Amino acid sequence: MLKYSEKVKDHLMNPRNVGTIENPSGVGSVGNPVCGDIMEMYLKVEEGIIVDAKFRTFGCGAAIATSSMVTELAKGKTIEEAMGITKDVLINELDGLPPVKTHCSVLGIDALQKAIMDFKAKKSA
Amino acid sequence: MRVYLDHAATTPCDTEVIKAMEPYWQVKFGNPSSPHRLGGEAEEAIEQARAQVASLIGAESGEIIFTGSGTASDNLAIKGVAFKWQKRGRHIVTTQIEHPAVLESCRWLEKQNFKVTYLPVDEWGVVQVSDVAQVIREDTILVSIMHGNNEVGSIQPIEQISQLTSERGIYLHVDAVQTGGSIPINVKTLGADLLSLSAHKLYGPKGVGALYLKKGGTLDPWLHGGQQENRWRASTQNVPGIVGFGRAAELVCERIVEDSDRLLILRDKLRDGLLNRIPDIRINGHLTERLPSNVNVSVAGVEGEGMVLHLDAAGIMCSTGSACSAHNLQPSHVLMAMGIRHEIAHGSLRFTLGRSTTEEEIDYVLEVLPAIVEKLRVMSPLVQERVA
Ligand code: FES
Repeated sequence: MLKYSEKVKDHLMNPRNVGTIENPSGVGSVGNPVCGDIMEMYLKVEEGIIVDAKFRTFGCGAAIATSSMVTELAKGKTIEEAMGITKDVLINELDGLPPVKTHCSVLGIDALQKAIMDFKAKKSA
Repeated sequence: MRVYLDHAATTPCDTEVIKAMEPYWQVKFGNPSSPHRLGGEAEEAIEQARAQVASLIGAESGEIIFTGSGTASDNLAIKGVAFKWQKRGRHIVTTQIEHPAVLESCRWLEKQNFKVTYLPVDEWGVVQVSDVAQVIREDTILVSIMHGNNEVGSIQPIEQISQLTSERGIYLHVDAVQTGGSIPINVKTLGADLLSLSAHKLYGPKGVGALYLKKGGTLDPWLHGGQQENRWRASTQNVPGIVGFGRAAELVCERIVEDSDRLLILRDKLRDGLLNRIPDIRINGHLTERLPSNVNVSVAGVEGEGMVLHLDAAGIMCSTGSACSAHNLQPSHVLMAMGIRHEIAHGSLRFTLGRSTTEEEIDYVLEVLPAIVEKLRVMSPLVQERVA
């Protein structure tokens, strides 16, 4: 059995920021080539600051917990700061992840970065 | 409430089994190979267990080899036959839905220049007899097909397959680890030349298995260094474990009909309850032609590990064929072989019932799971109607 930290379990059982955002500033959607999961991230950005973040996932327990944590970390940050959230930061915040589940945390970060890129693209358009 | 619905993974030791084993740890601790009275006592105990296990499957005592596990039995059967009979031929037939103990043994043999055919199964998880007939060749020495599948519970047509193999003098190995204790087994009617069993799947201890080897059959032993088990398996026998296995087999013989009648009712209640209470759910495997203990479903749009963890938090223990819960991150090879799409396999849940399962437990699952599915579906990008 995989050992998940209490923090991971908490975010799994009580995920924060589940759902979608109407008229989002940016959306990022990624598929996981490793296990076949899907992750979506929605952002609301005001004056360069992420004021809201929501996610949906068709992924494992670790995917749910990491994306929940990513949204928590991203909220209140500038988009530059949010771009700097790495998987190591995320895994640290969750008090660790089983090694086989590292790719799930990457999923959440990729979705966040894609959403930020989407926001930037929209802005410059 | 603690609800254990993972009996295909393992079962608890029966109290009677523990009682039977007890003297053999400290008091009757002798080595069965020793020439003195303690050795004699241990040897007698093993022979009694051999008779008990033999009668579980309609065999003779002399046809039972005790091993260290079901996996050990599978390895001994497959590699043992392959190496013994390689001069006659190097072709082996098996299926895509076997337990890894069989699949990996075959893959390893491929590296030793054996040829292996992995037969497909139909959407119910059953291998076709005509497919077996078609792939058997001049140089086929072994056919290894499981009796009941551990994931979806499908029962394979062993009796018909054995007609093909016995006509041609091909060894037929049957992995019955999942059926032993679940449904009555008779090696004569099945027509098996070799059959694997595991004690811990039938309320016996872990670390003991048995291989039935039909009288007159022969193979190359895999472990060397002793005369034990008629030289088929060198190792000082696990006496307490073997005694426990014997007692467990005896108990199965006494109650198998009663047990399986009761489980059938509970299985169907769980199956129908899930179908009724959860929208977009499907049964994996055959609706009725399956082990009386097995319910395997796929919940659309939801990943299995998340469900298993949520169920575990509610006290319910079961398993999933989702890629996410596998160490190699591959979806269940059994569901894949049945032609089930990756995302459906992703949402699979397996409940396996057992002696301790009660109707209250089934009711509890039916009460808890729909809410968990609902919660996870809200999170899922695959459930389109949920888009805000
Ligand atoms: S998302 Fe599949 S293993 Fe985590």
